[in-house]
Formats: sequence, C-alpha cells, structure tokens
Amino acid sequence: MDFGPYLLLASLEGAVGAAVLALTAVGLSLVFGVMRVVNVAHGEFYMIGAVVAWFVATTVGTHPALGFVAALIVAPLVAAIIAIAADRLVLKRVNYDPEATIVATIGILYIIQQAALMGYGPEARPVEPPFNHRIALPWYDFAAGEWFYPWGLGTTSYKLFVIAVAIVLLLGFWALMTRTKVGLVMRATQLDWDMAQAFGIPVDRVYALVFGFGAALAALAAVLIVPIQQAHYLMGGDPLLLSFIVVIIGGLGSVRGTVVAAILIGMSDGIISVFFTPTLAKIIATMVVALVLVFRPQGLFGTKAA
Amino acid sequence: MLKKITDRRTLLKGAAAGGLLAATPLASRFASAQSDAPIKIGFQQHSTGIGAAYGRWYGRTTEAAVKKINGEGGINGRPIEIVAEDDGTDPKRGAEVLEKFANQHSCDIAFGTLFSHVVYGSAPAAGELKLPYFVVSEGHHVASGALNRWTMQPGITDVKSQVAAMAPFVSKNLGKKVTMIFPDFAFGHDHRDFFTAAIEAQGGEVLEHIAIPPTETSFTKYFPKIPRQTEVIYHVMVGPGVLTFVKELGEFFGPSRPEIFGFIDSLEAVDMSSPGLEYLEGTYFWEGMPRYAQASQSAHEKAYRTAVGVDDNGASLSDSKDVSTYAHMFGCWETLHTIKAGMEYADYQGPQDRQKLIEAIESMSIMPESAAHPQGAKVFNGRTHQTFGHQYISKVENSKLVLAHATSIADTFYEDEVDYTKMSF
Repeated sequence: MDFGPYLLLASLEGAVGAAVLALTAVGLSLVFGVMRVVNVAHGEFYMIGAVVAWFVATTVGTHPALGFVAALIVAPLVAAIIAIAADRLVLKRVNYDPEATIVATIGILYIIQQAALMGYGPEARPVEPPFNHRIALPWYDFAAGEWFYPWGLGTTSYKLFVIAVAIVLLLGFWALMTRTKVGLVMRATQLDWDMAQAFGIPVDRVYALVFGFGAALAALAAVLIVPIQQAHYLMGGDPLLLSFIVVIIGGLGSVRGTVVAAILIGMSDGIISVFFTPTLAKIIATMVVALVLVFRPQGLFGTKAA
Repeated sequence: MLKKITDRRTLLKGAAAGGLLAATPLASRFASAQSDAPIKIGFQQHSTGIGAAYGRWYGRTTEAAVKKINGEGGINGRPIEIVAEDDGTDPKRGAEVLEKFANQHSCDIAFGTLFSHVVYGSAPAAGELKLPYFVVSEGHHVASGALNRWTMQPGITDVKSQVAAMAPFVSKNLGKKVTMIFPDFAFGHDHRDFFTAAIEAQGGEVLEHIAIPPTETSFTKYFPKIPRQTEVIYHVMVGPGVLTFVKELGEFFGPSRPEIFGFIDSLEAVDMSSPGLEYLEGTYFWEGMPRYAQASQSAHEKAYRTAVGVDDNGASLSDSKDVSTYAHMFGCWETLHTIKAGMEYADYQGPQDRQKLIEAIESMSIMPESAAHPQGAKVFNGRTHQTFGHQYISKVENSKLVLAHATSIADTFYEDEVDYTKMSF
C-alpha cells in the first residue's frame, strides 16, 4: 500500500482507539482527582460494560440498534451501581487510605473478573453493531491528477460513529464539570475535602457518586467498542494499562491533559503499530511515561501537588 | 492381551447372568480388576486465559469420553477419574500443574494440553517427574524432537503434516502467491515455517509473513502490509480476538477480496453466521474434523457428536449460540481411548508401570476408524510420538462449512526428525 493511504488508514484506526481510550481514562482521572484513589479495578468496570452490553443486546433481540441503545443506558448504570457498592462496602471502610485503596481495588479487580468468568464464561462474544457499512475512502493521485479508491483504504460507518459519540460525550463531560452544580460540587471536593464538608457538601455521597460516575464512563467506552471487539472477561487489562499511561502523561486529575494524552497515545499507537510493530508502540508509550515522570512529574497539564 | 479382554467380557456376561450386576451394578462392573482403585488422569485444562473457549470444550469432550470408557468397564476393569487443574493457558503455571498432578494428586498420567507454548513450558517438568504426558495440541513440538520420551501426541495431527497436505490444494485451486497471517508464537511459527516450505515445493511463494501477537484485539492496522499482488490470504489466528480479526479482514478488502484459505482456528468456537462474516462465502477452511454434520457422516462420528452434546451445526445441544471447538476437541476423545488401549496392552497397574505404558503406545501403529477414533483412521509413529490422519478442507456455503476435500493419510507424511525410542527414560 502507498504511504499516503496507509497513513490515513493508520490515523483512522488510531482515532478509534484514542476516542475509546479518552473516555476510559477520563473516568480514571476523575476518580483520582476527586477521591485520590488509584482505581486498579477501572479496567474491570470497562469489562462489565461490554459484558452487560452483550446481555442486554441478546435479551432485547429485536433489532441490533434497539439492543445497542438499551445497552448504552443499562451498561453504565450497572457498572455505576457495582462501583457505588464497592465504594460503600470497601473503600469507605479503609478510609480512602491511598495504599489500602490500591490493595482493595486489586481485590475488587479479581472479584469482578472471576465473577464474570463464572457468570458469563470464557468466550469472547460479539454484539451486533446498530449499523455497519464499509466506506471506501478516496485518495488523490498527484501524478495522474485525479481521485481514486486505493485498495484496502476504507473504514466503517460504525467506527466513525464511535469517534463522533466519544467527542460528544467528552464535551458533555466537560460541560458537566464546568457548567453545572454537580460539577462544581465535585471540583470543590477535589480542591479541599475539609472545606467542602464545612460548607455542607455531603462529601461521602460525592465520593460514591464520583466512583460510580468514573466506572460508568469506562462502561460507556466499552459499549461503544464492543461491536468492534468482542466482550471477554479478560478485556479490562489493556485499557487499564493504557489509561494509566494516559493519566500519568496528561496529569492526574486534569481532564484536559487526559484527553490530549489519550489522543497522543491512541494515535501514536495506531500509527507506530502500522508502520513498525505494536510492541514498539507499547515500548514508546512506556518510555514517554518514564520521561514524563522524571522531567514533569505532575504531567503535561497537571498542577503541582498541593 | 486380547485374550484377557475377552475373558473379562465373558466374566461380566456370567456375572450378569447370575444376577450379580443387578444387585451391585457399579462394584461388579469393575469386578475383574486386581485393584479397583480408579486410574487418575491429570487433565491440564485451559479453563481461563486466552485458551478458555477451547478448555471448556476439551473439558466436555473429556467428560464424555470418560463416561463412555467407564460405562464399558473402564481401563483394565478400573474406572478413570479425571483430576482437572486450570493452567490459565500459561506455560509457567502449566509446569506447576504437572508437578501438582504427580506429587499432590498422585495421578498416573497427565493429559489434555492444547496451546503450544504451554506444552513447551510443561514438557520438561513431565520429563523430570517421569510422568507420561499426552498433549492434544497440533504443535510440531513433539515430532520435532524438541521434547522428551515422556511426552506424546497420539490423538491429534501436527501442523507440519496438516499444512503439507493443504499446500497442494491451495496452489492448485486458489493461487500461488500467498500472504500468511498467523499468531506470533510457537504454533504460528510452525505454520509460517512449514507452509512456506510446502507451498514452495508446489511452485508457489509466500509474498509476506504477517505475525500478530496472540493477545491483540485490533487488527486493521496489520492489513496494509498485505501486498497488492497477493492471490491467496492464508490465515490462522487464535485467542479471544478471532472474530474481530476475521471481520476486520473482510472490512479491509471490501468487495475486492483475494482468495482466502484459513485454518478453522481463526473461527473456532465462533458462529459462522455472525454478522460481518458474510464475505467468507466461497472461501475455504482447514478443519481437523468437519464442524457441520456432513452427508457422508459416519456412524461413529454421529455417535461421538451425540456423546459430546453437539448438534448438527457444531453448537451445544443446550445452547445453539455455544459453538464448539469441533475441529480440535476430538483429540481428547481419541487420546483417552489410546491411553486405555495402551494401559490394557501394558497391563498397567500403577505409577511403577509408567515406562511400560509409554513403550506400549510406542509400539502402536494403525488405528482404524472406530468408536474410539471417530475423526477417522490414524497411523501412529512410535518413533516420533506423533499421530497422522486425514485432513479436511471445507468451503463456506450459505454460512455453513461444507466438506470439499478430504486428504489421504499418506498426504500428511514427512520424514522422521527424531527417534524417541532411542532416548533413555
């Protein structure tokens, strides 16, 4: 394949990855920003989203679009309810102690993963996309001076839809955080826990809400990706690792930084994997994390720890 | 030895006639054994990890085979007891599981591994423990001589023999310029090395080798490496991402796909009528055993299919969405039957006879098609510890696999690379 169409294809693949990664990582970043909890179980909420999407899509088996829309609503809700329960039953009991919560969320990771294995099984199962057409993309041939359709250069309408929905959801999230009272309350809790409580903010409930909301974002990302990739009980591993990379590069707790880093990592992962090897893409991402930690520990957009 | 079996049958008949069977059915069924303690077979199962879908069906097949064998009097009159341990499809845990079988569970033998990297990780432990280790893996590792005298593969053919039999079909019917896509570990490398050599022997060539990590979840990014002049795509993929792989391959090509020849591994445990797979219509797959019941189905195959709980479409009788790993799992059934034959031939009494068991199986050769070998006749090579058998090529028609060609066993032969019988125990 020629270089130009090849690059376009790689960028499109990278953009789909980046869109889903941004949603997942924003959830992780939010939880850390507000609660100072490093949620190792974040990838499992992503997995729950995919698995619930499969259950919903197969139960509401009339038209794929109907099942998909139902999954978009139900999956984040289920993930949020499980996350809130985990917050009430576990994280609150260990007083959100940083080390204890890491160990606790590792435990939650295994509980959710094994529960999925027992209840859902070891197979990777597909969810039918609401619509899916192959779109052949044209390319301009400078030598001949005309547009043509290169072999293999194409994407699907569903992949473009994923990118669009992710952008809308991220804008919505930004508006929620900056333009609404809920967002204000969350930001207040993030800035100063004691002061927020002194002003009558029910910090306990904000924490539960934030943990649930973070999980719901991961689940939403998974519902979007599951018609492309299948739901599988081990699928939470990769998004967790990439989300951590993104959040560290972008700056823990910074939504803007998280989105920028997700695009950076997602796109470079797509492009480097295509032109070199997927292993090299992971090596480079990990090296960037190391460099950021050494030279700019607060991340690209993070503020110095208070 | 044969005489002894006849004697037991006669004895059982006599017992039945005497009404003993009716009084204590289980005790008398195993009555003639010198010890009626069960023979313990450690089953190294991929219950979790990337091999989990296979592990589940290997488990069901093993259960069905044991039920049949025990129902017919067990091994030497002793019942089989399966001790299943999850290896997480992980080589390191595989070795630990074998140790557990030998030292903790006091198993007589170990059996059942599929993924080749787990076989590689576990076989040295089997050698150290002097534990007969029967793999059901397809890898060329056994016959290559890389393992040891305690490791055998009597129930399933290996990749080298499979691809040797496929190459003539591919070059004659599909094309000579091939691009290969395979998983980047031992099993995929077997495909890469042996198919490349086999197609060159047919006057064809492999234009490009595309290796994909077995844990990959997104595949479109690999496909631009497929050269434009490719006539045939040869694909074999494993792991939870297989459906995405095949779907994205179709989306990449759109309406102008080359010929496609795949190993069914790429769609094992996946419904052929899944959305996105329509483009596979008219393409070909290698199958170890035809997933869909064919018109030419033998009575043995039919009985086997019912025993393992699979319908005519290759899915579970209780859930039509639960598609089996039909092209591979017969290996568990046939291996267990071969173990039974070997143990009876060696008059196996306990762990002290493990060496006799290996020698007994090494002395086997022709295994005719039967209830014990429903996939078809086999020729076992005792020197290389590897079995040889028929291979099947199916064409996708109306989202079903229809048998297009069955190779002879001779098509799959290659020269011995090792003689394990000359190695010490």
